[in-house]
Amino acid sequence: MTTYFNEMYQNGAVRAPYARLNGWTNAMPAELRQMKQAEAEALFRRIGITFAVYGEGGDPDRLIPFDMFPRVFTAAEWSRLERGIKQRARALNAFLVDVYARGEIVRAGRIPARLVYQNEAYEKAVVGFRPSKGVYSHIVGIDLVRTGPDEFFVLEDNCRTPSGVSYMLENREIMMRMFPDLFRENRIQPVDSYPEILRRTLASVAPLKCDREPTVVILTPGHFNSAYYEHSFLADLMGVELVEGQDLFVEGGFVWMRTTEGPKKVDVIYRRIDDAFLDPLCFRPDSMLGVPGLMDVYRSGGVTICSAPGAGVADDKAVYTYVPDMVRFYLGEEPILPNVPTWQCGRADDLNYVLENLADLVVKEVHGSGGYGMLVGPRSTADQIEAFRRRIEADPENYIAQPTLALSTVPTFVDQGIAPRHVDLRPYCLVGERIELVPGGLTRVALKEGSLVVNSSQGGGVKDTWVLAE
Amino acid sequence: MLSRTADNLYWIARYLERAETMARLLEVGSRIALLPGSGQGFRNEWDSLLQASGTADGFARKYGDPVQRNIESYLFFDHDNPSSVASCLTRARENARIVRTALTTQVWDALNSAFQDLRQLERTPRSQAELARLTDWTMRAAALVRGAIEATLLRNDGWDFLHLGYHLERADNTARLMDVKYYVLLPRADFVGSGLDNYQWTTLLRAMSAHRAFHWAYGGEVTAAKIAHFLILNPQCPRSLISCAQGVTGHLDRLARGYDRSTPAQHQARALLGRLADTAVDEIFDEGLHDFLTRFIGEIAALGATVHESYLSGDAR
Repeated sequence: MTTYFNEMYQNGAVRAPYARLNGWTNAMPAELRQMKQAEAEALFRRIGITFAVYGEGGDPDRLIPFDMFPRVFTAAEWSRLERGIKQRARALNAFLVDVYARGEIVRAGRIPARLVYQNEAYEKAVVGFRPSKGVYSHIVGIDLVRTGPDEFFVLEDNCRTPSGVSYMLENREIMMRMFPDLFRENRIQPVDSYPEILRRTLASVAPLKCDREPTVVILTPGHFNSAYYEHSFLADLMGVELVEGQDLFVEGGFVWMRTTEGPKKVDVIYRRIDDAFLDPLCFRPDSMLGVPGLMDVYRSGGVTICSAPGAGVADDKAVYTYVPDMVRFYLGEEPILPNVPTWQCGRADDLNYVLENLADLVVKEVHGSGGYGMLVGPRSTADQIEAFRRRIEADPENYIAQPTLALSTVPTFVDQGIAPRHVDLRPYCLVGERIELVPGGLTRVALKEGSLVVNSSQGGGVKDTWVLAE
Repeated sequence: MLSRTADNLYWIARYLERAETMARLLEVGSRIALLPGSGQGFRNEWDSLLQASGTADGFARKYGDPVQRNIESYLFFDHDNPSSVASCLTRARENARIVRTALTTQVWDALNSAFQDLRQLERTPRSQAELARLTDWTMRAAALVRGAIEATLLRNDGWDFLHLGYHLERADNTARLMDVKYYVLLPRADFVGSGLDNYQWTTLLRAMSAHRAFHWAYGGEVTAAKIAHFLILNPQCPRSLISCAQGVTGHLDRLARGYDRSTPAQHQARALLGRLADTAVDEIFDEGLHDFLTRFIGEIAALGATVHESYLSGDAR
């Protein structure tokens, strides 16, 4: 029986960051709690923050369950996380600039060439191009898990377009609205500067050809996308236009948007669509979401695309294993936040170990996301494990395996009262002229008892994440 | 503003106005059904409602003979009918969701609540969903959205595009409603002095929610000339063609001032308004009411196309 680190209670005592929450829950009768929960749900529904799950059908306006019990970090805990996250974001960007230029890290033999250059996410169309300010990934979402008071691990990196930041902001708004007393009693660092910092970050990477206040836009695949709410929410808070591919066109070496007053030049595109759909002339010819000719303008320095096309090669689950090496190679520092030990099924030794220990491991597809296509050994039946074994054997390169981590728990409101549930954390690091991180992030919680899968598509919920002031 | 955003705003208003017109038509229909001994006439009335809403063909394909219950379903709930109240509200809400950020919370709330209510209504057994309740609800929902727009929305270009949608749709709806019943207003000799067939003209005025207003505005005997004047040329009547033309012109002029540039839409709208203002009722009857209305519907459609080209298509230069 594994014991899990409970972030609130240690050795029968309440840990310091949660001290004031103890009295709060004790003083809240069940009826009040139910009332507040209903109020929160009504608020979410009213602002329209909903989430569609791909391929599940059902209610397109489904809500991600919001748990009112906050997750708390002390200033000291956060300060270490912050340094570790920024360090990692710097290393990942240095890696990207390198592998699209001289490839020093490959020449030095620190990462296999095949993993980089044969990677599906390696974008040949941008080889030799250096994006504005040398930044490929402008919003780096780093998924963290915790197993003890000082034990944090990076579970994965998201260098393309990590989603969920709207929940970080909305969860906070709703908590402040429902429990103003909590915010008076606890000194909680605000997160509401995120949209402004994001706007500044995007503006700071405008191309050199831009000689005035840069025009920033968000490019969305459209209102049928499950994250459309987030796209429009961020556009609104930043005060920039939310565009679809059809709203943009290319002319005279620049990108323009179609407005009621005629064409308006666009300098920075924060895109929320995949590389493959950006430009039908350069990538998938059947893409209806992109802008024909966009990549030509990009490569001639007429527009900045955030994240830069090709950034995906850094957040591949097989490349992930090498991120600590990147930190040492580019920054000459020791990684502050360690990786989870990872076996690559593409390696013969690793594969043998994985196949022998399937029942104890978590196995993931290298390119998978959202909790799909994964096996959680200890929670699977013998049949499921055997079925997965055959899938791994058929295509070992496509899988990595990690030990089943003893994910920390945070008290969570459940039907029977309050019970510990497993959580992870996704902070959003912004990289432009400067590297910035708002004190907070998205805490995802596995609402099913004992479950370790926090993905919203698999029954996960979200919590407000507090970082206390000194 | 993005052309596509302007287009979404414009269509929010058009669909809302259309939903309201549909509810008014249904209300009129249900009133006629209550009249005694309207046997054959009642059938004709329902039929003319389907004609007026441009849904007669679709209905005939799906149901055949006009039976009241089916007509109610078709005009209110049926998503196969692109003009049904349910279809219009759903599309208005979808357009609003796309441009959520161009609307205030109050406007979105009003529209989104209407949509949630509609989903409730759709789950209600039909025996409990009385028509009067449905039509009242629709008009109230539309009024709430319009009120929220008036009270809370920034008076910027988006506001103008919303109102262009309202006025163009309303002009078209009023003209179509009149056209379907134009024969009622033919000033035939035997009607003069005897008043028009009572329920026929009541139908028309009720369809515009202008039944009482008409009496306040004109008094005395009801004549074809008075009704035609009221619905076409009287700027006091909020649904008259000239009121709609004034609305369109006003909002286009505001856009031209705000953007500091004019487009063909402004000229076209002003020309249309000028012609209406110079028209006397006699001239309309001389031309033939039906011909006049057909021409007007064409002109409004052409103006809509020019607005689209000048602002909404994204081809503006």
